[in-house]
Amino acid sequence: MGTYVLRRILQMIPVIIGTTFLIYWMVFSLGDPTIGRCGERPCPQAYVDKIHAEYNLDQPLIIQYVRYLGKVLHGDFGTSFNGTTVADQLMNRWPVTFKVAIIAIIFEALIGIAAGILAGLRRRSFWDSLVFVSTLVIISIPSFVLGSVAQMVFGVKLQWFAVTATQGTWNQLLLPGLVLGSLSMAYIARLTRNSLADNLSSDFVRTARAKGLSNGRIVGIHTFRNSLIPVVTFIGADFGALMGGAIVTERIFNIPGIGGYVFQSIQTKDATAVVGTITMLVLVFLVMNLIVDLLYGALDPRIGHE
Amino acid sequence: MRKQFRVAAATSAAVLALAMTACGSGSGGSGESTGITVRGCTPKNSLIPGNTTETCGGNMLEAITSQLIRYNTETSAPEMDIAESIETSDNVHFTVKLKQGYKFHDGTEVKAENFVKAWNYTAAYANGQGGASFMSVFKGADVIGAEGATATEMDGLKVVDDYTFTIETATPVSNLPIRLGYTAFSPLPDSFFADPEAYGKMPVGSGPFKFVSGDNQQYVLEKFADYSGPEAAKVDSITFRVYTDSQAAYNDVVANQLDFTDEIPSSFLVDNQFQSQLGDRSMQRETLRYAGLVFSPNDPQLASNLKLRQAISKSIDRQLVTEQILNGAAKPAHGWAPKTVNGATDTACGEFCDYDPEAAKALYDESGGYSGTLTITVNGDASHRDWAEAVCNSIRGAIGLDCVVVATPNFDEYQKQIKDRTVMGLMRQGWQGDYPSIENFLAPLYQTGGESNWARYSNPEFEALLTQAAAASTEEEANKLYGEAEAKLAADLPTTPLWYPMTSVGWSNRLENVAVNAFGGLDYSAVKVK
Repeated sequence: MGTYVLRRILQMIPVIIGTTFLIYWMVFSLGDPTIGRCGERPCPQAYVDKIHAEYNLDQPLIIQYVRYLGKVLHGDFGTSFNGTTVADQLMNRWPVTFKVAIIAIIFEALIGIAAGILAGLRRRSFWDSLVFVSTLVIISIPSFVLGSVAQMVFGVKLQWFAVTATQGTWNQLLLPGLVLGSLSMAYIARLTRNSLADNLSSDFVRTARAKGLSNGRIVGIHTFRNSLIPVVTFIGADFGALMGGAIVTERIFNIPGIGGYVFQSIQTKDATAVVGTITMLVLVFLVMNLIVDLLYGALDPRIGHE
Repeated sequence: MRKQFRVAAATSAAVLALAMTACGSGSGGSGESTGITVRGCTPKNSLIPGNTTETCGGNMLEAITSQLIRYNTETSAPEMDIAESIETSDNVHFTVKLKQGYKFHDGTEVKAENFVKAWNYTAAYANGQGGASFMSVFKGADVIGAEGATATEMDGLKVVDDYTFTIETATPVSNLPIRLGYTAFSPLPDSFFADPEAYGKMPVGSGPFKFVSGDNQQYVLEKFADYSGPEAAKVDSITFRVYTDSQAAYNDVVANQLDFTDEIPSSFLVDNQFQSQLGDRSMQRETLRYAGLVFSPNDPQLASNLKLRQAISKSIDRQLVTEQILNGAAKPAHGWAPKTVNGATDTACGEFCDYDPEAAKALYDESGGYSGTLTITVNGDASHRDWAEAVCNSIRGAIGLDCVVVATPNFDEYQKQIKDRTVMGLMRQGWQGDYPSIENFLAPLYQTGGESNWARYSNPEFEALLTQAAAASTEEEANKLYGEAEAKLAADLPTTPLWYPMTSVGWSNRLENVAVNAFGGLDYSAVKVK
């Protein structure tokens, strides 16, 4: 176990260097970041020279990158042109993204599993068809359409929810959370239904019925729990993805989260912020992957880490 | 089985209940205080007036700072603010007298030195300020602004006493007072020079609002109790909420959860949808913006044939395109500068900006025509393609000349192609005035060697008129000469004006007395809460 973790951490080093270099290269080769910082006129030469010197832009790319990486190793993810540090922004924005993710996860787990159980227990009934058709509808609607329509109907017209989540409070984040969770909810409903249906027609259930166990015990103890294993894995992976922020939904609802920050930084050509945020996200994903892999071992003794 | 179903029903009921309680407390505004919220965007630089020439930071600095003069919201006419008087006898040597007792937010007094030091700082090469080019009007700015320069003071600025300083300009400038109302010319307090970086995070100005806090998502300004200028704030605070998408801000305004947006998304301009949604809570006004088409100087057929240029100009139905394609958010142009600027009459173009397909056809036949396909080049990263297609159709319909639209991937590429002189046919040119004077719509765009002179127009008579106007002793005389210069453009037609884009704003049901200035921004001092 210990050697496994160590090996995985050592493997992360080339991955981090490779990905951050690619990101750095792609973002900084997109063009001079000083273009467009002075309104509709070109920036004065003095301004351009100063920014170039400050961000080492007059050096070859590889040297710029090494200097940048050196700063990252000291915990400095860079400073935007307008003086805010990327680290501060991430600290302010991660809690908001976390809140939306929590709302989405609770929503998709509760409704998705409930609908899946309903459909799985009554296969080929009206409820099964209803769940099938309604999840099909949700899956086929792109998230920006769902988000815009929900905002228009429930926010602007009916005024049940806040229109945007500009301050990032729980109340404001409710509607975006539901929108964000709806696609996964549909997947969870189907996953639960199929998994439950499979297990209900398996041999051990037939044996249990033959032994005369009550239906409640068969479903509740012998089928329900093991049917949830793929669902739990899905929810775990989804949570990881949600922590990276959702660019489209965050933009529609103006959520001050990670996705909105990436979008805003791309819009304002704030290369430092884009590279800093994505470097951070790479780190988070690597750590999350390691945790998930370790969890597999804990959940299923057949998978070992030796 | 039945039990399971009840659990599912109960959980959905619980989620619904959660949703319902959220709606009760979901609305944004609070009743008692007179604070307002307005749409903001993230500043691209730190909030130093001399380093901010883009609108996101500029909008905030407009409320935070004040200058020697201010512009009348309605007419854009210059009015004295910090200045008691600005006097000159030759349009080169100016004497500025300041009002006594005018206060910065930190309590210190605005003195002559605060202007001179601020402008020197902005102009000096070592400081790399984005507004440096605005200082080039002063004598000596080219010296301290040159690459590697170490001198830090311009010859043209001299402090006489605490409330008086003199300006010497590089060339005669009759409209200098009008220029000095721009935020880049704000005075800076002594604390700035001690620590410019700290200032950029916490700017100190002398305007009606003082900066309280800002974190890239929300910027809070409070009414400055000791404000010394003529237009004190009527609301207690202004909060700039950062929106990454103008539609989100617009939806918030419709639902009264945001008080003001200075941008209405174009999808809501269609069929005046915004007016049916907002009613009298919306407004459109002409600003300091101009849009036109440049006849490419690289295209020998166009460059050498005045009649052809006139024919093309007359074959563009500006009225129809502004109504049908731009949804009324632009006003057809009859000159090279919008009426909102000092000195402009918007009549110079005369018959050549009037759509007349028959006359255009006659002129076209007389001119000998254009062989090949005419192109209109625009940058494809903004919504220019639609109107350019419409203009093409109008030209094709009137004179039968084949016309296509060419779009570059982005604005950077567009600028590069113009610099490399590879664009043929017609090309789009937009201009946003820096200050409300007709001079700003003529000199930078049509003077020989001007950076924005895409037509490479060069007419000694035009330039002589500009020089005379800059040296004119009265405003009327100057404006008359600028008018004559504009008439030269009509005679030579190096470019053809299209229209003046308007700004569209909307506000919540809490606001009253909403006024928008010629820069397209809210009059922060005038706005009130009902």
